[in-house]
Amino acid sequence: MTAVLAGAPAASVPVGAVPRRARTLRWSWLLRLASVVAALGLWQLLTVAEVRWWLRFDTLPTVDEVFTTLVRRLGTEAYWLDLAQSLIRILTGFGLAAMVGVATGVLLGRSRVAADVVGPLTELIRPIPAIALVPVAILLFPASEQGIVFITFLAAFFPILVSTRHAVRALPTLWEDSVRTLGGGRWDVLSQVVIPGILPGVFGGLSVGMGVSWICVISAEMISGRLGIGYRTWQAYTVLAYPDVFVGIITIGVLGFATSAAVETVGRRLTRWLPRSEENGR
Amino acid sequence: MTVGMSLTLDRVRLSYTDSPVIDELSLAVRPGEILVLTGPSGCGKSTVLRALAGLLLPDQGQVLADGAEVRTTSRDRGVVFQDNALLPWRSVRSNIELALRLRGVPRTGRRAQADRWIAELGLTGFGDYLPKSLSGGMRQRVQLARGLAGAPRAVMMDEPFGALDSATRAAMQALLIDTWRSHPTTIVFVTHDVDEALALGDRVAVLGRAGQPLRALIEVPEPRSGRAEPGLRAAILTALENS
Repeated sequence: MTAVLAGAPAASVPVGAVPRRARTLRWSWLLRLASVVAALGLWQLLTVAEVRWWLRFDTLPTVDEVFTTLVRRLGTEAYWLDLAQSLIRILTGFGLAAMVGVATGVLLGRSRVAADVVGPLTELIRPIPAIALVPVAILLFPASEQGIVFITFLAAFFPILVSTRHAVRALPTLWEDSVRTLGGGRWDVLSQVVIPGILPGVFGGLSVGMGVSWICVISAEMISGRLGIGYRTWQAYTVLAYPDVFVGIITIGVLGFATSAAVETVGRRLTRWLPRSEENGR
Repeated sequence: MTVGMSLTLDRVRLSYTDSPVIDELSLAVRPGEILVLTGPSGCGKSTVLRALAGLLLPDQGQVLADGAEVRTTSRDRGVVFQDNALLPWRSVRSNIELALRLRGVPRTGRRAQADRWIAELGLTGFGDYLPKSLSGGMRQRVQLARGLAGAPRAVMMDEPFGALDSATRAAMQALLIDTWRSHPTTIVFVTHDVDEALALGDRVAVLGRAGQPLRALIEVPEPRSGRAEPGLRAAILTALENS
C-alpha cells in the first residue's frame, strides 16, 4: 500500500473551548437556580401579604407551610405508598405503550398492507383524548387499577406510534441499500438499519408520551383511584388541606421531571452518533 | 477461479416514471476490469449502477451477472455510494465487521479481518471512531473498506470521490488502484470527471442523454502512467459533447 492520504478527524476541540464551555454551563445553572428561587420568593411574598388583585393569593398556603407539610409527609408511610403506586402505574402503562407503540409504528411504516388495515383505526382513535375514555375503562376492566394503567397506556401509545412511523418513513433509503448490497436480508435491514436508525424519532415520541402519561395517570387517579399521588391530592382538596394539595402537586412535578429526564438521558446515550450542536461549537 | 464477475446489460430499459432514463442499453463488463461510466448529468449513470447491483429491476431487457439474470441484491455485487452510506451509529471497525458478518465470517475472525482492512486503507487508530468524527476522505476510505471486505466479485462505485478536494481525490484514486490490485474484482465506476475516468478505467463508456444510446466505448491502454495522452481525452470529450 503506497497511497498516503492527508485527513484529520473532522471533529477537533479548539484550544480554550473547554474552560469557556464550563463557564457557560456554570452560568446557565446559576440562572436556572435563580429563576426557581425568584418564583418561590414571589409566591411567599404574595401569600404572606394575602394579596387579592383579582387573583386570590390569600387562599393559598405559604411556601413555609407547604415546606413544613412536605417534611411531615415525607416521614409517613402513606406518602411513599402513594408515590410507589403512581410510579408502578405509569411505568407499566408507559412500558407497554413503548413496546406496542414502537412495534406498531415500525409495522405501519414498513408494510403497506398493515398501513391499510391498522392505519385507519389508529387515525380514528388517535384524536380522542385518553382521559375521555375513563368511563370506557371503568366499564371495560374488572378493577379500577387495570383501567388506570389502560388510560396511561393509551395516552403514551399514540405519540410513540406516530413518532415511530414518521421515523421509519424518514429513514434514508441509502442505509437500507447499503446493507442489502452487503448481502443483508429483511431481518438484517430491520435489526441493523431500521431499529437503530429510528431511535432519535422514537425517543422524541417517548418524551412526549411520558408527559402525557403523567397527565392521564393523575387525572385517572383523581377520578377512580384508591391510592396514588393524584388520588391523595384530590382527597386533600376535598378536606381543604391546601398545603397537602401543594405537596401532591410538587411531588407530581418532581416525578414528571425525573421520569422525563430519565427518558432524555437514555435517549442521548443511545443516539450518541447524532451530530450535536455543542460538537459544532455552536 | 475467474477473477471478478462478468456483468451484462442486454437491451435494458430502466425508468422511475413513465419516461425511461435508460433505453435499449447493451453493455458487457469483462471480469476483473475497471469499467468507467461517464456522461452528462441526469443521463442515468447511477441508474445503471442500481440495476447492476439489483436495486432496480429493468422494465425491459435483462441484466446478467456471470450469465444469470439479476433479480435482487447479492453480496457478490457490492456498492460504494457517492453519499455517506456508512451506518452512523456504528464505529469504523463495526461498519467493516458488518460486511464480514453478512458474508458469514465467524465472530472470532471478524475483528482481526476488520483491523487488517483498517490498516490497509490507512485508518489505523480510527477503528473506534464514529463516522461523524471523520473527514470526508476518511469516510470514503471506510466505505471502500466495507465495500471490499465482503469479498464481492463486482463492485459498483457511484462517484465515490465526487465530494472530495482534488488532492484527496488523487490519493483516493491511487489507493483504489492499489487495493484493486491486491484484491482483484470487477469494478464499474461512475464519474463525470474525464481525468478520473482516464486514471482509473480499463475502458470508458460514455452514455448519451437520458433515453439515448451509448455514445462511445473507449479502450484505455496500459500502462496507467501514459494515460494523459491527449487523443484519449479528446475522444471522451467529443463523445460527451455529442451526447
